[in-house]
This record gives sequence, C-alpha cells and structure tokens, in this order.
Amino acid sequence: MNIGWYLAVSAIIFTLGAVGVMTRRNPLVVLLCLEMMLNGGNLALIAFSRMLGNGDGQIFAIIVITVAACEVCIGLGMVVAIFRRSLPIDVDELTELQG
Amino acid sequence: MSATTFAWLVLAFPLAGTIIIGLGFRRWPGQVAAWIATGAIFLSFLAAVATLIKLQGLTPIHRQLTSSLWDYAVTVGINARMSILVDPLSVFMILVVSGVSTLIHLYSISYMRSDRGINRYFAYLNFFVFSMLLLVLAANFLLLIVGWAFVGAASYLLISFWYRRKTATQAGIKAFVINVVGDVGLVLGTFFIFKHTHTLDFLGSFAAARHGAFGAGTNNGDLVAGCVLLLVGAFAKSAQIPLHTWLPDAMEGPTPVSALIHAATMVTAGVYLIARMHPLFERAPAAQDVGAVIGVLTLFIAGTIGLVVTDIKRVIAYSTMSQIGYMIMAVSVGAYSAGLFHLMTHAFFKALLFMAAGSIIGAMGGEQSLNKMGGFRKALPFTYACFIIGGLALSAIPPFSGFWSKDDILLMVGERGGWHWALYGLAYVGALFTGIYTFRMIFRAFHGEPVPEARELIEHGHLYHPEHPFNPNDGELEDTDVGFPGPEHVIAEREPQMKIAMGLLAIGAIFLGFLQIPRVTSVIDNFLAPSFTDSRLYNLHTQTANLDVGLLLSTVIGLLGIFIAYMVWIRHPGSSAKFQARFGAIYQLLSHKWYFDEAIDILVLRPGAWTGRFAQQTFERVVVNGTIVDGTTGIVRAGSAAVRSLQSGFLRYYVALLVLGAAGVAFYFLLQT
Repeated sequence: MNIGWYLAVSAIIFTLGAVGVMTRRNPLVVLLCLEMMLNGGNLALIAFSRMLGNGDGQIFAIIVITVAACEVCIGLGMVVAIFRRSLPIDVDELTELQG
Repeated sequence: MSATTFAWLVLAFPLAGTIIIGLGFRRWPGQVAAWIATGAIFLSFLAAVATLIKLQGLTPIHRQLTSSLWDYAVTVGINARMSILVDPLSVFMILVVSGVSTLIHLYSISYMRSDRGINRYFAYLNFFVFSMLLLVLAANFLLLIVGWAFVGAASYLLISFWYRRKTATQAGIKAFVINVVGDVGLVLGTFFIFKHTHTLDFLGSFAAARHGAFGAGTNNGDLVAGCVLLLVGAFAKSAQIPLHTWLPDAMEGPTPVSALIHAATMVTAGVYLIARMHPLFERAPAAQDVGAVIGVLTLFIAGTIGLVVTDIKRVIAYSTMSQIGYMIMAVSVGAYSAGLFHLMTHAFFKALLFMAAGSIIGAMGGEQSLNKMGGFRKALPFTYACFIIGGLALSAIPPFSGFWSKDDILLMVGERGGWHWALYGLAYVGALFTGIYTFRMIFRAFHGEPVPEARELIEHGHLYHPEHPFNPNDGELEDTDVGFPGPEHVIAEREPQMKIAMGLLAIGAIFLGFLQIPRVTSVIDNFLAPSFTDSRLYNLHTQTANLDVGLLLSTVIGLLGIFIAYMVWIRHPGSSAKFQARFGAIYQLLSHKWYFDEAIDILVLRPGAWTGRFAQQTFERVVVNGTIVDGTTGIVRAGSAAVRSLQSGFLRYYVALLVLGAAGVAFYFLLQT
C-alpha cells in the first residue's frame, strides 16, 4: 500500500486534534485533542519506519508516547486542581497570565 | 656624605615637618608647631649649605649630580624616576628658598601668634617649602610638574587661609584657576619636547637636543611650540601678563605668606624654569623673544599700576610683578646669572618690604589702605628703617643689592643689541616708576601728619585695636574666631622674632649685591657657570663699553624717581590729586589696572558662562534629555506595549498563533521545493 494513505490519515487526525484544541473550551477536551495530535504524529512516524524498514521511527513513537503520558499526568493534575479550587472549567476564563 | 645625600635631606626636613604638624594639628599647644616648622626649615637650610659645600668641593665639570631614590615607571621611551638634579643652579635656588623661608617662618611665629589656625598655617607653610624645593631639585619633567602643581595647591591653601573671608576664598580660587592654566601649558609643552627627545630627564633631553633631536638649526616648530607652552606655565606662576591678575588678589593671604610665596619664592619659579630649560630655549629664539617681550611689558605695565594702587600690600605686589618682569626678560635674553642674581636680591628686599608692611598693618589694626596711613615714622622706627632699606634696594640705589642685580640685567639686555634696545629703554622707564611708587608708599605711610593710630602708639604706647574687626577689602565684619585681624596685632618693634627676621633680611638687602660688582667680583657668575656650560649666551657680558654709562644712568634714574616722589608727596602734598584731575583718562586706565580683569571677563569668563548656560539650558535639556534620553525610552515603551498586548492570556489564541506559525513555516519549505 502507498505510504500516502497512511500520511493522509495521520494528517487528518492531527488536524482534527489541532482544530479541537483551538475550538473547544473544556480543558479535558483540550487535553484529549492534544493526545490526538500527538498520535497523528506517531502514526506518521510508524508509517515511515515501516517503509524504510528500520526501527528508528518506532523508537521515536515510543518516546512520544512517554512524553504524552507525562503531559497528560500534568494536565489532568491541573484540571483536578482547577476543579478543587472551584474555578470555572473553561480555558477562556483562565486568563490570569496575560501581560 | 655626598652632595646628593644632603640634597635629599633638604627635601626631607620640610616634608617631615608637614607630616608631624599635620598629624597632630589639633593637639600642638601654643607655638610648638610653629617652632617645629621653623626648625625643620632651618635644618633644611643647613642641609642646603652642606650641599653647597660638598658641591664646591668637586671640580667644575663634575658639578652636575643626579640621584634617584626609586623608579616609578621605566620602560622603553619612559623613565619616570624619583630623581633630583644637584647642580649650581638648583643649589642656588634651594639656598634662596630655604634661607628666606627660615626667616619668614621665624617672622610668622609672632605674626600668627593669636591666630587659632596657627598649626594649620605652619603645616601649609612647610608643605609649600617642600613643594618649592621639589620643584627646583627635580631632575625630570615629571617631578617638575608635580612640584609645580604642589606649589600651586599650597598657594591656594594659604591665600584662602582665612576662609571665612569671602574675598580670600575668591582670591584663592582665582589664583588656583589661573595657575592651572599654567600647569596645562607646562604639561603640553613637556609633551612637545618629549615627543622628540624620548626622555623625561632634563639632562637626557638637553643631550638629545644637542645631538639634533630638533634638527640642526634653530626654531624647530615643535620646539618653539613646546617652549612657548612652557612659557605659559612660567607666566601663570610668575604673574606675567596676561596671566597676572591673580597676584594682586593673592594679597588676601596672611602677610608672611605674601612675603614668602607671592614675592620671594613661588612666583620666581617661572624664572627658574626658563633658566633650567636654557638649552631648549636657546634653540628656539622665537620663544625667547616672546618671553623677553612679555617680561618687559609686564615690568612696564605693573610699574604704572603700582603708581596708583592704594592698598599697601598691592603696591608691593605690583612691584613684585614688575621685578619678576625684569627677571623673565633677563633669562629670556640669556642673562641667566643676572636674572638669578636679581631673583636672590629681590627675594631678600621684597620679603623685607612685605614684613615691614605686615608690621605697619599690625599697627593699623588690619587696615591696608595707604589713604588711612601716615606719619608712622616715629611710631615705628624699626619698621621705617627696614622699609627704607628695602625701598632703596628696590629702587636700585647704590650700594644696595637691588642696584647691582638690576644693573646687571640692564647691561646684559643692552649688550644683546638690535631690537633689544627697545627692551633696554622700557626697562629704564620701569626703573623710574619703581623709584616713584616705592617712595610714594614710604612717604604716604611714614611721613606727613600722624594718623590717630600712629599717635596712639607714640603718645600712649599701645597698639590701636579696632572695636569691630573688619575685612579691609569690602568692609565686612570679621569673624575673629578664625584669626586675623584677630584678638592681637603685632608690630616688629615689640616682637624679637620679627625683629631678627627683618634685621637679617635687611642685612642681606644691603650687602648681597656685593657678590657681583662689575669688574670687582663675580661670585654669582662663576658659581652658576657649570650649569650653563652649553649656553651660547652665558658669558656675553665681558664687554664693558656701556658699563659706566649704565651704572650712572641707573643711579640717576633711581634717584630721579625718589626725587619725583618727594616733590609730589612731601613737598607739594595734594599735587597727586591735581595730576589725577589733569590726566583723568590715564588715571582711570591705571586705577582699573589696564582693564585686564574686565578684558578677561569679557573674553573668557562671559563666553565660558554663556557656553555653559547654552549647554545646560539648550543642549542638555533639548538634545540630551529631550531627544536622546526621552526618545530611547519612548521607543522601548512603545515596543513593549505592542508586545504586551499579544499576551492576552487566552490559551486558544496562543494555540492558533502557534499553528499558524507552524503552517507558515511548512508552507515556506513546501514552496521552496
């Protein structure tokens, strides 16, 4: 099968994730969309790895998954902290870091 | 011990005196510090005599010794050493400086007795003597400049010694500023010379000049520039036109200070400088001519001003300027030994005149105006005698010392021939003025009707004390806490120290001239000769064609001056007022001191002040503050406001920018391929 299909799927997933990050206001959903973006990238890495016949891309994908796990850990922790402080669960309301 | 060891001791004693008095200046009781200071200078004088004896023990060609204590910086092209040059010229100077200083210290012990600042005074005075000795002993330009600046500083400190007098502090500032102009000239001149000789040593520089550092001929451009700049230094220090205006104002200092610094020693530094630099000046005849012309102008102009000034100390100050004009002229035309001889005799009779003036000022309770003096002859017989001796020496009446030295100068100037005859003529006119203003001062202060202060002294035998001490210059009430006119005044008649000092100076003023009488003795000539072996002009005055005429002319002119003064102020009192009315324009010119202060005000001070105001009000406010500083902050503020508005805090907005950016980069690379 042509690699183009794999890349197309990967791009679609990535774009969906990016659009989700930009449009959704619930931090949980934003985190989910981030995961989609990362996994879109992972798919492309693995596809190239198969095409070229060596494992480098797969190792990259594993590293990305590890980073994603860390990031989710922190992100969910922040969501829980926001919830506990009974702040609004809405990224547009959380604008204290403006210049 | 060798001559140089003694010369180091000459320097060491006054320095030690300064430090000892300075360290304990709050604690020394009474006149202890004064005696320490006097002793230090006296020891210095003894060491100077020892140096002289040791130096005379050497054969004449070996009488140029240098000695170095340590090196400051010695590398290729620079040799800055703490070194002194002991030769007849410097030994001559240290003898004059330390000798006269000893007597003036002695005089000061009495004169400054009731001043609360007496310890400060003697610390300054010792510091001055140290600086002056450093100046004359220096063996390189570096130490010369250090000594030069030190004496300027000491002069400043002593002029504004009574620092609560506003006039005194202003005079001190004026003296300091003008002297710094001279210092700048000296430093720049040194650069011009150093550029070619590549050494700071005097002897090294002279040798380099001899071996053609400035080309084979004379009047090399850089050498003339350097010598003229050295002359600027000499003019400022020696109060020559147009840098002379500080000297009359410097009379604000205590009278012994005027005697020591502003008559006998410091102001002659310029004369010493030109004599010391003679190998350079003789290769730059243009610079020599500048010196001679300025010298003769100064002696003439100062003489005319001396005719109308009424402050007794200022009369003597203008006479000092005038006499230093003679010396500057002498050393500029190559009459080195004559100029230095006059320097020595002048140190004696001028210090004597100042001391006598101090005594009469004491009798007047601080008043210095000749208009208020009169008839002190019986009240102050000793002072009167000293004044007469000093006055006769100053007016060049034989056989007093000033006659021989001044005549030596005039003879040498005439000997040069050519246009120097103009100098010769003007110098004789100046000599006539000298006689007139000197005896005008004596007749007005000592003859005529006794003023109440004099009568009080004669009839009741006690000194006049003003009820409220005041500054004689502006009539302001004085704070006697700082000193003079202070609780006590002194007159020489009642103070043994003052009497001894003045008596010794009077003896010097009478007899020192016998050191060099034409055809009879030539002690000064022979003594100084080893310092001037390479001079073309030194032994010029062997011809004696004009000698007898010159001697006779000097005598006649001196006596004529005294006779005129006698006719005007004794025989026909009131005739001076008639002269003032008749020659109103000239009187105005003279009483405004030829408008030098006004000219300097217009030419230098006002443009300077205007530039300063322009720089402050226009340039600084508009250009510096308005444009440069405010412009920079404005740009930074506007830029940061723009960047700040991007930081909205909206997460989704950031993400959108990020995605857009990434997409932009991606598109860029896609389009590239």
